[in-house]
Amino acid sequence: MITKRIIPCLDVKDGRVVKGVNFLGLADVSSPVKLAEFYSECGADELVFYDITASAEGRKLFTDILTEVASKIFVPLTVGGGINTVDDFDRVLKCGADKVSVNSGAIRNPELVREAARKYGDQCVVLSADVKRVDGEFRVFAKGGREDTGMEAISWIKRCVSMGAGEVVLNSIDTDGVKKGFDIEMLDAVCNAVNVPVIASGGAGCIDDFVKLFKTLPKVDAGLAASIFHFGEVSIGELKNELKNNGITVRI
Amino acid sequence: MIAIIDYGVGNLFSLKSSFESIGADVCVTDSEDKIRSADKIILPGVGAFSDAIDKLSSTGLDRVLVDEAKKGKPVMGICLGMQMLFEKSYEYGEYNGLGLLRGEVVPMENSIPDDLKIPQIGWNALHFVRKDCPLFKYINDGDYVYFVHSYYADKCDESLAATTEYGKELTAAVAYENVYGCQFHPEKSGKVGLNILRAFNEL
Repeated sequence: MITKRIIPCLDVKDGRVVKGVNFLGLADVSSPVKLAEFYSECGADELVFYDITASAEGRKLFTDILTEVASKIFVPLTVGGGINTVDDFDRVLKCGADKVSVNSGAIRNPELVREAARKYGDQCVVLSADVKRVDGEFRVFAKGGREDTGMEAISWIKRCVSMGAGEVVLNSIDTDGVKKGFDIEMLDAVCNAVNVPVIASGGAGCIDDFVKLFKTLPKVDAGLAASIFHFGEVSIGELKNELKNNGITVRI
Repeated sequence: MIAIIDYGVGNLFSLKSSFESIGADVCVTDSEDKIRSADKIILPGVGAFSDAIDKLSSTGLDRVLVDEAKKGKPVMGICLGMQMLFEKSYEYGEYNGLGLLRGEVVPMENSIPDDLKIPQIGWNALHFVRKDCPLFKYINDGDYVYFVHSYYADKCDESLAATTEYGKELTAAVAYENVYGCQFHPEKSGKVGLNILRAFNEL
């Protein structure tokens, strides 16, 4: 049976991992390569790197790092951040990324999803959506969750999937950072609307949150988190064991 | 030397890196001479069957590959590369493959339960059909590997070496004489994948 995936997410700025990473015994905690190796050893099923650099120099550092990660870590790598054109896809895929995640770039130009899917295949295009409840509906936000686009989220996600997005990362702004669990209601709505893998993001605070996610919503394919893994609040090894004990198929 | 055939589809960086990481002597090439002089050949592939087979034929390397395989050189197809080793594919039409293995490539759609997503994307377990397959020398039945596919090889009993369960048992690995194939991506399947490449490298 296909397994549920556990995916740590790393924010990279100027070639270094940012957003406090705190591991005992890991000397260089801001080295993307060291962290990727660490997570891969722990059983991460996939790694996501977000480039949060604004400058061209930073972008170059990012692709250098990506190349190094991809030459050492042999699990799927998804890359996001600053993906606005098909050339951006090309730039990161050449460095060893397997999938590319689009967010604001697709909001500015939805045709990007279609063009990229046509060129690289649906499996390569991941739609990342930051979604928040506004006036009783799910609303898509842009620019890292700062700007309300006014678009209703479910129809936006369906539209992107119909244009070729092969996976959806749903990040609930409402639960993000609260650490009280994933946004089950929002995820359920998305799972019922599309038939591509859905990756839950935002809200995980403990192992039980993942158990509840996969038990309540068997259609969800993967759980993504950042800080709880970085700070060692949840170890990927323990998490996967606990999922297994609860009858959820995982790769151990 | 292992030659990874470069015929303009997909990204071969990870595949090359994965072989390098196990200490294999490897090159990515579109040169007929290099492919002919290599000890082993890898046929990669992503995307649509007809595009890939057209591109491979337009380089003339399809002939070289079949030639070398018939001489007994170990050949391994990966993902779409594996599918291309068969006689035929029914992906968006009907196309001839390289015919090195008996069988055909058919869509998962309508052949697995509706509630399963297509493509299958993710880690799934290998079920050995032939546990003495040389590719499995360093791995175990039940080990997980990473799949991304919407089509699968069917009617291939002669070469079937392992399956994976996704609504039904789908072809995961094949081996017949010197011709091998993996539907999954060994270069993205962590240590298990590297151990498959190591076994191939040692053939």
